[in-house]
Amino acid sequence: MSDHRHDHDHENAHDRPLSGPALRVKALESLLVEKGLIDPKTLDEIVDTYEHRVGPRNGARVVARAWVDAAFRERLLADATAAVAEFGFIEPHAEDMVAVENTPAVRNLVVCSLCSCYPWPVLGLPPAWYKSDAYRARAVVDPRGVLKAFGEDIPEDVEVRVWDSTAEMRYLVVPERPAATEGWSEEALAALVTRDSMVGVGTAKRPEGGA
Amino acid sequence: MTTSCRPDAAAAVDLDALPALPRDEAGPVFRAPWEAQAFAMALELHRRGVFTWSEWAATLSAEIAAANARHEHDDGSHYYERWLAALETLAARKAVVGDAELADRIDAWDRAAQATPHGQPVVLPRA
Repeated sequence: MSDHRHDHDHENAHDRPLSGPALRVKALESLLVEKGLIDPKTLDEIVDTYEHRVGPRNGARVVARAWVDAAFRERLLADATAAVAEFGFIEPHAEDMVAVENTPAVRNLVVCSLCSCYPWPVLGLPPAWYKSDAYRARAVVDPRGVLKAFGEDIPEDVEVRVWDSTAEMRYLVVPERPAATEGWSEEALAALVTRDSMVGVGTAKRPEGGA
Repeated sequence: MTTSCRPDAAAAVDLDALPALPRDEAGPVFRAPWEAQAFAMALELHRRGVFTWSEWAATLSAEIAAANARHEHDDGSHYYERWLAALETLAARKAVVGDAELADRIDAWDRAAQATPHGQPVVLPRA
């Protein structure tokens, strides 16, 4: 196993340009290119898309629209795959999306207990903690404990729903709209929507100076 | 009250035995170029129909479970090592790139890299 990577990997890279997983990736890639199964240019385009063109700002736009547009909110909760497609983000990979709405009585939490399925078109690629063993295992068995670790103390009378993602089904949490944002534009509201609030481990930001 | 859409996944887990939850702000999407390349290769092989996305998720899940069984705990920073293992496994299972072929190619790149002067690009000698 080549598990001895550490934070100064890029320094070692100067001593030994190819080692461990980088060497294995290079070998696999060169074979796949020779067999005509991948094109390095296509790989570069995929990487560029996921590094620069998708991310939680996409999801924030979806949530903000649901907050201001009741008809869109209904479409989103009824068929999130179709409602999100209205924005023209990247195509969903092979999965359907489901939007789940937080209310004063219900908090939703998203996990992928088996690997790390995540709604890429609206949130980009997942943060490290989402992929960690600890989150994957704890979110299902102790969601209130997980929420507490993220600074969210959920009252006993609030129901916590855990949504375990699969290859076919990804979830987007629609957090509650913060108070004192009446009349705000979609764009201003989107700035309040955090990645964590759309995974369910946080809430939307409160307006500055607000309660 | 707490409900889960997949309660069977809530197998008995010793919470105290788990590492503390890692937290972060929005870091880089990929920590090293190889992670990005491995990620993109899986998407492209899926797009070309080499495997279905369900097959991919099942294989990745199995690699993660196997790593857990070896007590290799992951705070999220080893995720793309599991991803690469899943890619190698599926490439072999789908008879796209065999284990022996891959091992030979890894050796060839390793020799080429070690024979390359510092600062020069590594190139594989033509067979």
